[in-house]
Amino acid sequence: MKESVTLKKLMEKFPDDIVGTHSYRGDDTAVVKKDKIRDICLFLRDDPDLLYNFMMDLTAVDYLGRDPRFEVVYHLYSLPHNRRVRLKALVPESDPTIDSVVSVWVAADWFEREAYDMYGVKFIGHPNLRRILLYEGFEGHPLRKDYPLKKRQPLIGPVN
Amino acid sequence: MSEISKDLHTEHMVINMGPSHPVTHGTVKFLATLEGETIIDLDVEIGYLHRGFEKMCENSTWQQVIPYTDRLNYVSPLINNTGYALAVEKLLGIDVPERCKYLRVIACELSRLSDHLTNVAAAGLELGAFTAFLYFVEARELVWDLIEALCGARVTVNYIRIGGLKNDLPERFEEKVKYTFKEVRRLWKDVDKLLTKNRIFIDRVRGVGAISAEEAIAYGFTGPCLRACGVPYDVRKAQPYLVYDRMDFEVPIGETGDNYDKYLVRMEEIQQSMRIVEQALAQMPDGPINVRMPQVRMEPKEKIYSRIDSLIYHFKTVIEGIKPPPGEVYLAVEGGNGELGFYLVSDGSGKPYKCRVRPPCFALTAAMPRLVKGRLLADIVPTFDMINMIGGECDR
Repeated sequence: MKESVTLKKLMEKFPDDIVGTHSYRGDDTAVVKKDKIRDICLFLRDDPDLLYNFMMDLTAVDYLGRDPRFEVVYHLYSLPHNRRVRLKALVPESDPTIDSVVSVWVAADWFEREAYDMYGVKFIGHPNLRRILLYEGFEGHPLRKDYPLKKRQPLIGPVN
Repeated sequence: MSEISKDLHTEHMVINMGPSHPVTHGTVKFLATLEGETIIDLDVEIGYLHRGFEKMCENSTWQQVIPYTDRLNYVSPLINNTGYALAVEKLLGIDVPERCKYLRVIACELSRLSDHLTNVAAAGLELGAFTAFLYFVEARELVWDLIEALCGARVTVNYIRIGGLKNDLPERFEEKVKYTFKEVRRLWKDVDKLLTKNRIFIDRVRGVGAISAEEAIAYGFTGPCLRACGVPYDVRKAQPYLVYDRMDFEVPIGETGDNYDKYLVRMEEIQQSMRIVEQALAQMPDGPINVRMPQVRMEPKEKIYSRIDSLIYHFKTVIEGIKPPPGEVYLAVEGGNGELGFYLVSDGSGKPYKCRVRPPCFALTAAMPRLVKGRLLADIVPTFDMINMIGGECDR
């Protein structure tokens, strides 16, 4: 199988920060350490061979029981080269923080707020890290695997 | 005069629009800080329609997710169905039969039609063009009749299955399409005459909500709103799925990215969608519509009742769910508002470990403050219309 240009360039540029790569079902994926995520994103955006100008999606996944527990997942798209790549940054439960990429793509603003809202991952340097889909005062982060499915905490209405 | 105004006491006023305001048809709240009638700051609050889509999906089997996807963008549910089914099929590594692909293309384009018709209709209504609204809602009603003939429901369609479809085309579907498209084209011409050169309409939309291509890309715009800025990005052309590479259609683009261009792009896409449906109907081969893999797609009921192996597979897939291999995929389709992406993670069990939707209008709504800052309060109306924010999709 032909090796992906993006993954090759990433491995060359950040050999110490890439934990692993794969192209399962044709989706190029790089698993990275969280420390240099901003630099990696800037490199992906600005390198003339890559030019990932779209930040299509940002979310998190909770692998409860694994260390590091969380993954922050970035889906990037390069319009000039018509390519996609997925970045997965490993975030441990003991320190659920990662650098914000709002300064790289403005689009990350709301997506990071949503990831914070749902998973409690804090994005350092985000200009306005508030809850977005849930209300202020909501306790816990509902998409964490240890948040009970049937737990109710309504803002209005009868007390449970 | 200037002496008097110097002494006048003025202060900024904060106005609350929504969450239940005639303009905010997707239950969203705007907190606008005004100086006179000029917006100097806007805060958008969403989440009023949040129902925990991802949490529900993680606790349902892979097939049970499909009805939930109907409720994402409820004016183009068939595209959501298709996007999800394609993502699961990518995860499974299977390919559906040819006829199924054509039928999915037809379903998607009918949905896109109804999405764009609704959007232009609502935009017209809110700017006072009630007639345009009535004409396009009539057209949408006709398209919904087609969708009803196809799958039995108008809005909550639940038509696409993993590895196939619920049913094949109904009888005399081509005739119905021919009739409907004749009517839709007639109504389209009427609305075109009513709006496209209408001075009142143009004054409200032209130059309002404009954004440059670079900025739109940075904000993650996709779909008609991005194409209105002059960027010809369409997932159907860039990374063709199903049989879009065999269809002959144009991707209309605008120049300035203002609301008028977004309107024109949508009007043209209505025409292109009808062309695609007609081509797909003409090219469609005969054949099966479902994959023959009983562990993925249920077999016909007669077989289940008469054969023991079919019965076992049926029982296993219904109770435990189909079981894709562990892994993750991201698949994007062109939704009514732009790139609709599904990011699925499987741990090998019958339920998704993670089922993430990339809603196109989430990124668009996030840019609302940028689009209206410095403009008049009334400019929120056409700008928000042309963003076409759908609460079900944005809030999930």
